[in-house]
Amino acid sequence: MEEDFVLMKGNEALAEAAIRAGADGYFGYPITPQSEVMEYLTAAKPWERTGMVVLQAESEVSAINMLYGGAGAGKRVMTSSSSPGISLMQEGISYIAGAELPVVVANVVRGGPGLGTIQPSQSDYFQATKGGGHGDYHLLVLAPSSVQEMADFMPLAFDLAFKYRNPVMILSDGAIGQMMEKVKFQPQRPRMKDEELPGWATTGKTPDRERNIITSLDLDPYRQERFNRKLIEKYQKMKEEEVRFETFQCEDAEYLFVAYGTSSRICQKSVQLAREKGIKAGLFRPITLFPFPEKQVGALADQVKGMLSVEMSAGQMVEDVRLATNGKVPVEHYGRMGGVIPTPDEIVEVLIQKFIGG
Amino acid sequence: MADIDIKDIVKKENIVYKKTSVLTDNVMHYCPGCGHSTTHRIIAEVIEEMGIQDKTIGIAPVGCSVFMYDYIDVDTQEAAHGRAPALATAIKRLLPDRFVFTYQGDGDLAAIGTAETIHACNRGENITMIFINNGIYGMTGGQMAPTSLEGMHTSTTPYGRDPGLMGHPIKMTELVAQLPGTYYVTRQAVHTPNLVRKTKKAIRKAFEYQKLNKGVSFVEVVSNCNSGWKMPPVQAVKWLDENMLPFYPLGDIKVPEK
Repeated sequence: MEEDFVLMKGNEALAEAAIRAGADGYFGYPITPQSEVMEYLTAAKPWERTGMVVLQAESEVSAINMLYGGAGAGKRVMTSSSSPGISLMQEGISYIAGAELPVVVANVVRGGPGLGTIQPSQSDYFQATKGGGHGDYHLLVLAPSSVQEMADFMPLAFDLAFKYRNPVMILSDGAIGQMMEKVKFQPQRPRMKDEELPGWATTGKTPDRERNIITSLDLDPYRQERFNRKLIEKYQKMKEEEVRFETFQCEDAEYLFVAYGTSSRICQKSVQLAREKGIKAGLFRPITLFPFPEKQVGALADQVKGMLSVEMSAGQMVEDVRLATNGKVPVEHYGRMGGVIPTPDEIVEVLIQKFIGG
Repeated sequence: MADIDIKDIVKKENIVYKKTSVLTDNVMHYCPGCGHSTTHRIIAEVIEEMGIQDKTIGIAPVGCSVFMYDYIDVDTQEAAHGRAPALATAIKRLLPDRFVFTYQGDGDLAAIGTAETIHACNRGENITMIFINNGIYGMTGGQMAPTSLEGMHTSTTPYGRDPGLMGHPIKMTELVAQLPGTYYVTRQAVHTPNLVRKTKKAIRKAFEYQKLNKGVSFVEVVSNCNSGWKMPPVQAVKWLDENMLPFYPLGDIKVPEK
């Protein structure tokens, strides 16, 4: 049967997509604005549908360590949370990166710092893309901008996590998590059978192999450095193979908005409004925030007169835009914080004010 | 005498002791006389005797036994400090036919990992938890543990643990026994041959009970830390008997109802 579109919240779409991606386990802890993920899963009873385990942990600290255990056993496991909860998970995420485990973590971002607000924000860009926890590591970060992408990025995130044996973060925000849009799901993928589990997983030492050890510890400085280099090579490969982005009216653009997620949706309208005023604006939307599309943004620096990084933050991605353009073009930032969402008009006004004058 | 060949002596009928095949040949880094080595061996022997090496997954802690995976020859995950029960929860739920055990010290299980311990026990996870209580942080050099006795001298209680300032020693095993999710809770020790035999029986039960799917089996092993206590092994064993055991009495605390 051809499945139709359904109307759903972003958080619910993420949850349904996780079941359909053949996830083996979800471990989480409630936090606004993403609690619908676990609510949807516990109502949908995927343990009856696919055998997927769903468990409410005693804390985000425990939830992320459940992911460590589950992924170490070779299973497709995921969690979701929002900013303060993701901060609590950072220790575990660092260990997961250090033990090279494939997990998916969805962050439905709210404003901070601290308890901050429950309203949408994009202020966790640094934390998501630069490591977040201790030690030299990166997550692969996907930034959906619609409910459909909340669903589509779920199986992709699992595939990338297993391809690189690396944690993958789906970085959305309270707006995408809470809003309802039409969404069409991919067909159900089967869960991995026992014999399909990866050879490195702790599934029980059979006589034909050595014991498998999942650890992030190595006290030999030279071996540890070799491991650090291996991680760098992995991130380099991501930069070569996994950069994803979208462009909107960039062909003849003289001014460029660079924006991801919710901000990129608003900036699409800003492009239209600017063009109505005779300003040739375009939009560059990074879909992978790590690896950042630095070559593509860098190439556009030769074409445009200025770039405006629009983020719901005090200015975080703008640093990557500046690095990518390396001084070739003026780069400015415009952001709203605390849960305030900028309007298309105010973004155009800022573009005019910062680059064009009048 | 010259005619004696070692091969004539080492015969099956003459062997009274051999190392279990579930222990590796790696030389243990534990201090001489430390209870970790004995407890490792007991666990390995139980795994061999039950024939479950291919079905067992261990979780190592942070602490002296962080390298447990170097010695016990089973698939093992090294957890962040205190988080072993969270790892074990997920592994057991995702691979329910496997035997999953955690191995944790007092700092790991009763301080930084208290929440994970209590909630794994309260959920009744079908796992075995081995808890080594030597009343001190061994690996970091002898600091106060949550289980350090009143008046005990450690590097962070140089004048003795004053409960008014530093809190009381915590009886974690009695605490988890209160939770409906624990099935078998016992406190053992390994500093005499008789106690080693008893601990082995307890650990065997704690693994066997996983077949019943009834909840957590929790085995505390009161142990000595010669380096942390700054005592030679014989003196440490005596100190354990005279000081640790009166506060942490040995025996079953919760046994399955018949």
